[in-house]
Amino acid sequence: MSRIDSTFSRLAGENRAAFVAYLCAGDPTLEATPELVAALEAAGANIIELGLPFSDPLADGVVNQMAADRALKAGATTAGVLRMIEAIRRRSEIPLVLFTYLNPVYTYGFERFHRDAAAAGADAILALDLPPDEAARNAELARHEGLQQIRLVAPTTPQERLPLVVSGAEGFIYLVSREGVTGVQDALADNIGDQVALVKQHTDVPVCVGFGIHKEEQAAAVARAADGVVVGSALVRLVEKHRAEKDMPKRLHDFAAPLVRAAHEARA
Amino acid sequence: MEKALDLPQANSVPDAHGHFGPFGGMFVPETLMAALRELDEAYALARGDDAFQEELDFLLREYCGRPTPLYFAERWTEELGGARIYLKREDLLHTGAHKINNALGQILLARRLGKKRIIAETGAGQHGVATATVCARFGMDCVIYMGRVDMERQALNVARMRFLGAEVRGVEAGQATLKEAVNEAMRDWVTNVRSTHYILGSALGSHPFPMMVRDFHRVIGLEAREQIMLKEGRLPDLLVACVGGGSNAIGLFHPFLGDEGVRMTGVEAGGDGITRGRHAARFQGGRLGVLQGTKTWLLADDDGQIELTHSVSAGLDYAAVGPEHAWLQERGRVDYTFATDKEALAAFQELAGTEGIIPALETAHAMAHVSKVAGAMKRDRLIIVNCSGRGDKDVAQAARHVFGEELKL
Repeated sequence: MSRIDSTFSRLAGENRAAFVAYLCAGDPTLEATPELVAALEAAGANIIELGLPFSDPLADGVVNQMAADRALKAGATTAGVLRMIEAIRRRSEIPLVLFTYLNPVYTYGFERFHRDAAAAGADAILALDLPPDEAARNAELARHEGLQQIRLVAPTTPQERLPLVVSGAEGFIYLVSREGVTGVQDALADNIGDQVALVKQHTDVPVCVGFGIHKEEQAAAVARAADGVVVGSALVRLVEKHRAEKDMPKRLHDFAAPLVRAAHEARA
Repeated sequence: MEKALDLPQANSVPDAHGHFGPFGGMFVPETLMAALRELDEAYALARGDDAFQEELDFLLREYCGRPTPLYFAERWTEELGGARIYLKREDLLHTGAHKINNALGQILLARRLGKKRIIAETGAGQHGVATATVCARFGMDCVIYMGRVDMERQALNVARMRFLGAEVRGVEAGQATLKEAVNEAMRDWVTNVRSTHYILGSALGSHPFPMMVRDFHRVIGLEAREQIMLKEGRLPDLLVACVGGGSNAIGLFHPFLGDEGVRMTGVEAGGDGITRGRHAARFQGGRLGVLQGTKTWLLADDDGQIELTHSVSAGLDYAAVGPEHAWLQERGRVDYTFATDKEALAAFQELAGTEGIIPALETAHAMAHVSKVAGAMKRDRLIIVNCSGRGDKDVAQAARHVFGEELKL
């Protein structure tokens, strides 16, 4: 069983939602990322999503755009990110998902990327601008062994499209809770439970909900409705704010820990 | 005349999913898939609807001034001493460039879709002006995204858009030119997709845009074909157009693609010459990749990060080429070359001096190529070059380069 699958199965046994934490790989530097991942793991995060920085992140809000920009300016490369994943893997078994735009992966070589990322210790890939329609129509973009395929479901995904989107989904489904780019939001969509239920009509794969979550009560609300809570921009914003400070990993830990607790204890 | 939207379906590209051979497609986040499908379906219905085509034709004629002349450039022909040169005068169209053909077509579609808010990106500002114009004409809210650098070098068009009631939002990210404006427009669309239609301004992006934008500009080639038959009694030997995303070029070329004897050349922006980061000629030193919804030739580094581009013309200063051009290049049907900033500025002056026509700096790239090749062609040969836009917007920039003067607008 994959690291992701066994994580969800263990958490289901404990009646707890997963806490999925997102960071941009290489922000502020590739050397710092493993420490930040370790801090999130110590705070209780169950799965780490690592963004592969891209020059033109058109589905991201300004927080994640600037993170990618910092990472690229600090010298992050695809090969560098994969080496960094190896470093994380030497000391941790936490599931790692690569969150990426297609072009860096395509340029590296789609199949080669899957092989090398899996060898480095990554577990799954979420290619934001590779919808299942195109994956099915381009032989060179078909699924490859090694990485599980995480799929996105949007609030605009029509019901009749759901079977296509979730077919072949592995690990978990990333349900985007609102229309828009990534970024912190105060208002959470009020029908998350309904959205999750709709997706679950078509799949047994766990459903995680993200986009904008940054407060404990939001994390708890999502944890009651879904199999997992994704927190991204709020963590990236913290890294941005404290990136020059020595105790940044501890600050990240202290910020994440109550969010994790809220998610984990929501169903108690 | 054949109707622009009434295409023979057999053997036509793209396929139902927007693929031009190995290029094109729908490489977008899931949030946009439903809207793009809806647009594709609405367009398929509209193109088959006589009332839609009639309204479009009426507005193109009465509001925009179609057909545009096919003008014989007699003095320029004499001066170059070779082929007979005809200019397809899209610069005489309402708002001063070909862009309004597409903006008008898409706003009629937006109305059918019940969308009340329009967004667009713009580089040189011509597409922004065209979009702001049709939004004023149809009473829709309009937001235009434009790179800060482009806002400076195309200040006149920024003022025009504001007079037309559009909100112009400056984009600071990256190199603050067209690519960043497209990113920002896509972000807006992802956020407001239910209420908003995105009038993409070039033959770029996800399906159905490259196909739809092409179809709305086919009127250029269809008219030119009929006009050259009336004037010369035969088809041209060479078509020339500049290629940023490639909308004016595909509009002129497309109706001639089946005519084997008609050669075609697309002219990209060579900037300071073909050195990394200093040009925008995707077929020179570019690579295959995926950007902003489509698979095509683009300028990226070994890690797939999009490279800086440069061109004196904001409208050609873009890292990716429209997917149908990639396909036409691969099939060897169209030749692609480039003109440098210097050559374009020389052609800008040359056309002004010999014909009394000041072209846009984008258009001047096409003129630069004509200037290079016409003299070596026989006198009975025929060239049609797309005079895609007029140069009023570029006068301040050109004065800086040519006279070393700063004009205060």
